[in-house]
Amino acid sequence: MSVLVVAEHDNSELKPATLSVVTAAQAFGEDVDILIAGSGCAGVADQAAKVAGVAKVMLADAPQYANMLAEPMAALLVPLAGSYSAVLAVANTVGKNFMPRVAAKLDVSQISEISDIESADTFVRPIYAGNAMATVQSSDAVKIITVRTTAFAKAEPEGGSAAVEAVEAAADPGLSSFVGEELSKSERPELTAARVIISGGRGMQSGDNFVLIEKVADKLNAAVGASRAAVDAGFVPNDYQVGQTGKVVAPELYIAVGISGAIQHLAGMKDSKVIVAINKDEEAPIFQVADYGLVADLFKAVPELDEELAKLPPA
Amino acid sequence: MKVLVAVKRVVDYNVKIRVKADQTGVDLNNVKMSMNPFDEIGVEEALRMKEAGSVEEIVAVSIGVQQCQETIRTALAMGADRGILVKTEQELEPLHVAKIMAALIAEEQPDVVILGKQAIDDDCNQTGQMLAALMDWPQGTFASKIELADGKANVTREVDGGLQTLTLDLPMVVTTDLRLNEPRYASLPNIMKAKKKPIDEKTPEELGVDTAPRLTTLKVEDPPARQAGVKVEDVADLVDKLRNEAGVI
Ligand SMILES: Cc1cc2nc3c(=O)[nH]c(=O)nc-3n(C[C@H](O)[C@H](O)[C@H](O)COP(=O)(O)OP(=O)(O)OC[C@H]3O[C@@H](n4cnc5c(N)ncnc54)[C@H](O)[C@@H]3O)c2cc1C
Ligand SMILES: Nc1ncnc2c1ncn2[C@@H]1O[C@H](COP(=O)(O)O)[C@@H](O)[C@H]1O
Repeated sequence: MSVLVVAEHDNSELKPATLSVVTAAQAFGEDVDILIAGSGCAGVADQAAKVAGVAKVMLADAPQYANMLAEPMAALLVPLAGSYSAVLAVANTVGKNFMPRVAAKLDVSQISEISDIESADTFVRPIYAGNAMATVQSSDAVKIITVRTTAFAKAEPEGGSAAVEAVEAAADPGLSSFVGEELSKSERPELTAARVIISGGRGMQSGDNFVLIEKVADKLNAAVGASRAAVDAGFVPNDYQVGQTGKVVAPELYIAVGISGAIQHLAGMKDSKVIVAINKDEEAPIFQVADYGLVADLFKAVPELDEELAKLPPA
Repeated sequence: MKVLVAVKRVVDYNVKIRVKADQTGVDLNNVKMSMNPFDEIGVEEALRMKEAGSVEEIVAVSIGVQQCQETIRTALAMGADRGILVKTEQELEPLHVAKIMAALIAEEQPDVVILGKQAIDDDCNQTGQMLAALMDWPQGTFASKIELADGKANVTREVDGGLQTLTLDLPMVVTTDLRLNEPRYASLPNIMKAKKKPIDEKTPEELGVDTAPRLTTLKVEDPPARQAGVKVEDVADLVDKLRNEAGVI
């Protein structure tokens, strides 16, 4: 048997998160196939074919997969899944949406957001906002899994030469239709792919003040994130939220500015390599996970940081 | 229209949980339990639909031990009309919960079913999607806005890139995200009134749902702890350490 990875992409580019899922899939010790479901996405299939260690690329190119909505995705995946021992996807808002629908149709209990693989049926996953790690064993014939991509290294994007095979589209269940989207536009790197992230919390006081953070972000080629409080207050859009119920990130460097460090926020960033906290309250829980803590008023410290970085000779 | 809303009893989000020494699970003795925060948002949304005149009845469902009745009472005190407790001592997986909900849907025939996007204990984020699959209904997950009109709904979803809007046929399943609304507190008179509202009790067996486990939890451990860090003097010190000690800038 083989293992199937459902690719994350935007119809033109294979997203790096998929490479982490390929690494997770390789732990099964079986052939790894990739499914590209999208519309006008043949280019993505060619990129997937080059990923090291991929046996076969399957391309389902049809209008109903353009936005990878759950109903058509499940209709496509359910008949395919039977010939695999496991199906894996990225644990992001796309994968989290369609994978449980596939699992239920197959009468399988999904294993969500795995962070480690002990064997072909035993997986580790965080529970309680990452305050506990559960090791679970599945007795289902097909394992339906979403993967916490920060926990797995990325497979090499080059070096493979898999064949691309077309898959016939499944009938569109027609239960839902796409109306539109409002995507945040940014020249900065994506949160889940950035090497450096600087996040602001309620301490920022307004959306306008995020300019202070953006200046630093530009110097470090960093992504900008936020706590839930900053999103709820309308300082920044929802897709900036890092945490238990937002994005899970693990950059080389995470700088938390005016964020207290609630467990729900820590859940999304505590696996970062180096954590910096800037907070005027020396008792703030964020300091318990910070490698470098600066007790200071952010409205003084962040502009200073911007100046110091400007002075810094190239590394 | 009728709305079914799922309310799960979970460890309160403010509690710092502890893993049991024998690694069999998380210590739930004498721990404060509350309604899953996403389910409070679900109840609130149902109430707003009722207040807007598009919904006549709201039924709150909780599945688990007898004390889940308290969670249902909270929903009733917020304004739900009646409750259903599906009693079991077994720890259920989202697939089982979805099957139980599907069996209740067959009896209740709701037009809209609202669940939380995620339970903050198991962090599974599965049940609503599974229920939609079992019913062959459309799903509007991670909703930050729901508009009902002419047998359809426009659901705005919080997705990784921003916001996405879908049109779904009714009946449908929606799961709530944090920005959908701000749940109300129950007033004292409403808490008193809620005591008289009916709660039906059922069991998974009565509903004909097989709850045989598919997953076995082999152990539950503490996550790896982070090394304690240092406090830096000032911004210059911070930049120096990031460059010369950590090597990350
Ligand atoms: C179901 C649920 C899910 C949740 N999911 C998430 C999630 O995914 N992500 C998330 O982040 N939260 C989440 N939360 C919310 C979480 O519990 C906290 O409420 C939130 O993280 C707090 O955000 P904050 O640290 O910005 O705000 P606060 O806790 O208010 O902290 C603000 C900090 O700024 C500091 N500060 C203020 N002014 C200054 C200044 N001038 N200079 C320096 N420091 C200053 C203060 O000392 C304080 O420490 C969730 C909560 C629930 C119930
Ligand atoms: N035992 C339960 N009783 C009532 N609702 C539940 C139960 N388990 C899950 N749910 C619902 O399903 C949602 C998602 O849970 P989960 O898939 O476990 O993350 C919750 O927010 C609830 O609305």
